[in-house]
Amino acid sequence: MKITVAEVEYVARLARLDLSEEEKGLFAGQMDAILGYVEKLGELDTDGIQPTSHAVPMENAFRQDRAEPSIGVEKALANAPNRLESFYRVPKVIE
Amino acid sequence: MELFELTIHELHEKLKAKEVSSVEVTRAMLTRIEAVEPKIGSFITVTADRALSDAAEADRRIAAGEMELLTGIPLALKDIFLTEGIKTTCGSRILHNFVPPYSATAYEKLKQQGVVLLGKLNQDEFAMGSSNESSAYGSVRNPWDTSRIPGGSSGGSATAIAARQAVATLGTDTGGSIRQPASHCGCVGLKPTYGRVSRYGVIAYASSLDQVGPMTRDATDCAVMLSAVAGHDPKDSTSVDTPVPDYRAGLTGDIRGIRIGLPREYFIAGLDPDVKASMDAAIQTYRALGAEFVDISLPHTDYAVATYYLIATAEASSNLARYDGVRFGHRAGGAENLLEMYVKSRSEGFGAEVKRRIMLGTYALSSGYYDAYYVKAQKVRTLIMNDFIQAFRNVDVMLTPVAPTPAFRLGEKLNDPLQMYLSDIFTIPVNLAGTCAISIPAGLSSERLPIGLQLIGRPFGEETILRVAHAFEQATEWHTQKADI
Repeated sequence: MKITVAEVEYVARLARLDLSEEEKGLFAGQMDAILGYVEKLGELDTDGIQPTSHAVPMENAFRQDRAEPSIGVEKALANAPNRLESFYRVPKVIE
Repeated sequence: MELFELTIHELHEKLKAKEVSSVEVTRAMLTRIEAVEPKIGSFITVTADRALSDAAEADRRIAAGEMELLTGIPLALKDIFLTEGIKTTCGSRILHNFVPPYSATAYEKLKQQGVVLLGKLNQDEFAMGSSNESSAYGSVRNPWDTSRIPGGSSGGSATAIAARQAVATLGTDTGGSIRQPASHCGCVGLKPTYGRVSRYGVIAYASSLDQVGPMTRDATDCAVMLSAVAGHDPKDSTSVDTPVPDYRAGLTGDIRGIRIGLPREYFIAGLDPDVKASMDAAIQTYRALGAEFVDISLPHTDYAVATYYLIATAEASSNLARYDGVRFGHRAGGAENLLEMYVKSRSEGFGAEVKRRIMLGTYALSSGYYDAYYVKAQKVRTLIMNDFIQAFRNVDVMLTPVAPTPAFRLGEKLNDPLQMYLSDIFTIPVNLAGTCAISIPAGLSSERLPIGLQLIGRPFGEETILRVAHAFEQATEWHTQKADI
């Protein structure tokens, strides 16, 4: 077993997920099988090969630095779970 | 033929000749949706009122002589496309209450032509799945056999066509999510070249692989839909500024002398015998039409699934970081502080497959593993792209199966994610290479399940694969076969 429950807990913390004990055990086994499968990439010699991050070779896409109409505050806040005036309201950040 | 069974091009002629109105067609579609929806589950949201007002507006346009090819045609969209004022869930509980403040460019372009929006289609949660079983809004059933999966992630986009609930739909394809359900449901599905269609307003899964594409009854409709949605969009910096051809005009029926490659890695021992027989029959059909076949090799095919599941999950883990309960979507109650609110909102909102992929992607990007997994996968992606570049020096298109088997049963692969991932083995390399491919109906199995054929084109070679697909339809009847529902 390559992936332990402790590792699952560590990764879940990074991903901001809280997993049940059952999920932790399940994911440990499944991630182990999937990562075991992807080990096959190690068979390939990729020394000197450039990584591809994007299929289409592209330069930066620039536009004029000019203000354009936007959706506005009311529309932007329409989906807010909780708001105060023109702000998103969240639980206390600083103790 | 019932009104709800017609193609875009057939309906267009009837609307133009004023044999029917868009309101009549739309009513027929809505009645049909209501009749078969309990058996299939294609829709997350049916927008009946919106559809009827769109149709009335289209009829005014037609009467005023301002008709375009899609004016008055009832369509539906995968629930991954933002639609202003209409709930958009992406198949997830975390967006159960999300009403977008703007629309996706692809939908805006269809609206400009005066289409009728029937509703938003079911899908795997955040487009992560090959069976549509990961949707938070219930599994979709295959109209050809309701004990089987429709494919995924654009499952509802395929079943809506197969069950005659929509004339055409839009889906998205990250690793086969248009082509595989099209194959399993007996419709046409095209994944355009990366950059051909704007992704603005399309909820992101894996941004370097996602692409928008049409799902239709035949190649002609597919060409019409692609011409409508393709093109550069200043709001998507990855959309490419090359001219959009009139794809329908390219459907000449003449493919004499075209060189079709058969990648030997796709005709493997494990291929289902019915799938193999359909491919053999299609090759004979194409030979008779004057095509020339060439044996080719894509030597890194066997590494594509592993490469995909590292790159796609890494990008997903980063894209899905935005769902934190702050600005939109589900927010968990009772959190003492901000961090707890993030964690609870995400844990309550995401389903198992999405959590699994976020976990995999986070692992692949985490300190100490980044080079071994993520960068390694990006290097292998280069090798896979080079395979395609090499092979396209000798051939115009490639012919392959879409999926190794016809549609499997609901629940069959649910507990074995790796087996589920391997069902996309023939579609994933196309996304990694960034090129285009189409799935067309090419047979029925002994159990009367649809079998799809994949035609892979050069980058921006949509015109060619559509022509080759259309020629096949001229010579065969597979695209006219209907699910008995």
